Amino acid sequence: MLPLLLCLLLFVGFYSKNDQLAHEPGVMLWLQFAGAILAVMGSLILPMLIVFIAYSVNSIEHKADTWKTLFSLPISKLSVFGAKYFYAFFLVFICLLLFVLFTLGFGNLLSVVKPSLRFSEYRIEGILTKVYFKLFLSSLGILSIQFLLSLLFRDFLKPMGIGFVATITGVILAGNSWKYAYWFPYSHPLLSIQALEKGAHQQPGPGGMPQITIDIFSKEIFVSLAIAVLVFIAGYFIVLKKSVK
Amino acid sequence: MVISTEGLTFNFGHQTVVKSLSLQVPEGSIYGFLGPNGAGKTTTIKLLMNLLKTQQGSIRIFEKELQSNRIEILSQIGSLIEQPAIYLHMSGKENLLNRALLLQIPEERVDEMLKLVHLTEAAHKKAGQYSLGMKQRLGIALALLPDPKLLILDEPTNGLDPNGIIEIRELLIRLVTKHQKTVFISSHLLGEIERMATHVGIINHGELLFQGSINELQTLSQPLVQIEAENTVDAANFLTRNNYEVTDITDHNFYVPYTSKQQMGELNTLLNQNGFTIYSISKQQKDLEKLFLAITQNA
Repeated sequence: MLPLLLCLLLFVGFYSKNDQLAHEPGVMLWLQFAGAILAVMGSLILPMLIVFIAYSVNSIEHKADTWKTLFSLPISKLSVFGAKYFYAFFLVFICLLLFVLFTLGFGNLLSVVKPSLRFSEYRIEGILTKVYFKLFLSSLGILSIQFLLSLLFRDFLKPMGIGFVATITGVILAGNSWKYAYWFPYSHPLLSIQALEKGAHQQPGPGGMPQITIDIFSKEIFVSLAIAVLVFIAGYFIVLKKSVK
Repeated sequence: MVISTEGLTFNFGHQTVVKSLSLQVPEGSIYGFLGPNGAGKTTTIKLLMNLLKTQQGSIRIFEKELQSNRIEILSQIGSLIEQPAIYLHMSGKENLLNRALLLQIPEERVDEMLKLVHLTEAAHKKAGQYSLGMKQRLGIALALLPDPKLLILDEPTNGLDPNGIIEIRELLIRLVTKHQKTVFISSHLLGEIERMATHVGIINHGELLFQGSINELQTLSQPLVQIEAENTVDAANFLTRNNYEVTDITDHNFYVPYTSKQQMGELNTLLNQNGFTIYSISKQQKDLEKLFLAITQNA
């Protein structure tokens, strides 16, 4: 729902402003179009989305009071914990995939509806997919943390509050390009998006088009993945030891 | 023994909720686990299901140590703990199908269970709209779904109407006598248990006060002579003066501990000769409800 809504809004915005945008080259149009979504994604929406996804996957069991049943079934605790986690993982993945598809879809639709907008001049698929993939990897650290918080706390306020404060902190840290921001998982999405700017080369590539290279496996991605794995393992041991009330 | 625990102790912080409990649940029994609210029944059941970690003592189920054989043991237990855990946004049937999918049970079994607990008509209604009794029945269906050898039910008749209670009781008796299951059922009402239980354990403040067959419990209770008289207070006072012990006086009756038939005859003669009008005099077994109260209050 969210990807569709955002891209649709942007579509309407671009459509109504097409006079001013008509003289822009295709690559700039794409970067503005995709960048508008990416900017909010990286700073606020993605971390908050993860907070919600992690919460909803766990709250369904809290609400129905079914943890005790799940853990009294002849199923190993790792399976229960792992299945829950990977469902959340899958939801985040699907959501980002939809963002890529809708961004491309609406961009191309714009160039059909308003031929004056020269979207078709530039092919952004490769770069966009890479950026979103990087974004996905960078969000896994947050996912693990939020997942564990939602599992441990029954109410929504604690994981939400912690997630929100951490996100704001993350944005401030990454936004001010603090040297060690890459150690803080909630900064990772924004850092990943900044790679898009950093990746732009000064020299235009063949055909006069600007060149952008995305380095997917940068250090914040490794930190994010490491945190994801560590927190997942720690979470499993907490579940193993935890008594079900 | 299907369940045997030894020295089972559990603390919540500084409070000891279960004190060195030694349960013995024989195979093929309906074991009534009785105690007032807050006696430690649910905690004990959660320990049996390995939901709470055993702090002291040991639990053996099907003659196997619980901790190290968790999955194997749980695969033979069906349970209903406190309020039934149901996904309220799904229909009754979807709840059962979901569980069947998790445990790899054939789908036909779902319809059988719905029929068994009389929920076939409400199968497609959202579980959130079920009445308390219907939810409880769905919970029992979920517990029975994997056809377990041992059923652990925590107050399963909570919120059921008298008809529902009788149905559940008959269902459990049928499971034990025809299908060789073992049922461990907790309750705070003895009256509900005594008509089906073969064995009883009574717990209060975390301590097991009595454990044995229902017959053993009955022999514990002392018979009384019930005397119905015109003026119970005067008659009772008169007997007390004559060295009889009077245990209870109501407006219509009073009670003297029973020792023999001769004693009943002597009482009758004595009262009649002294001008008391006696309507009836009979031997009475102290009912289990009172016995239960006596056991749990003395502790």
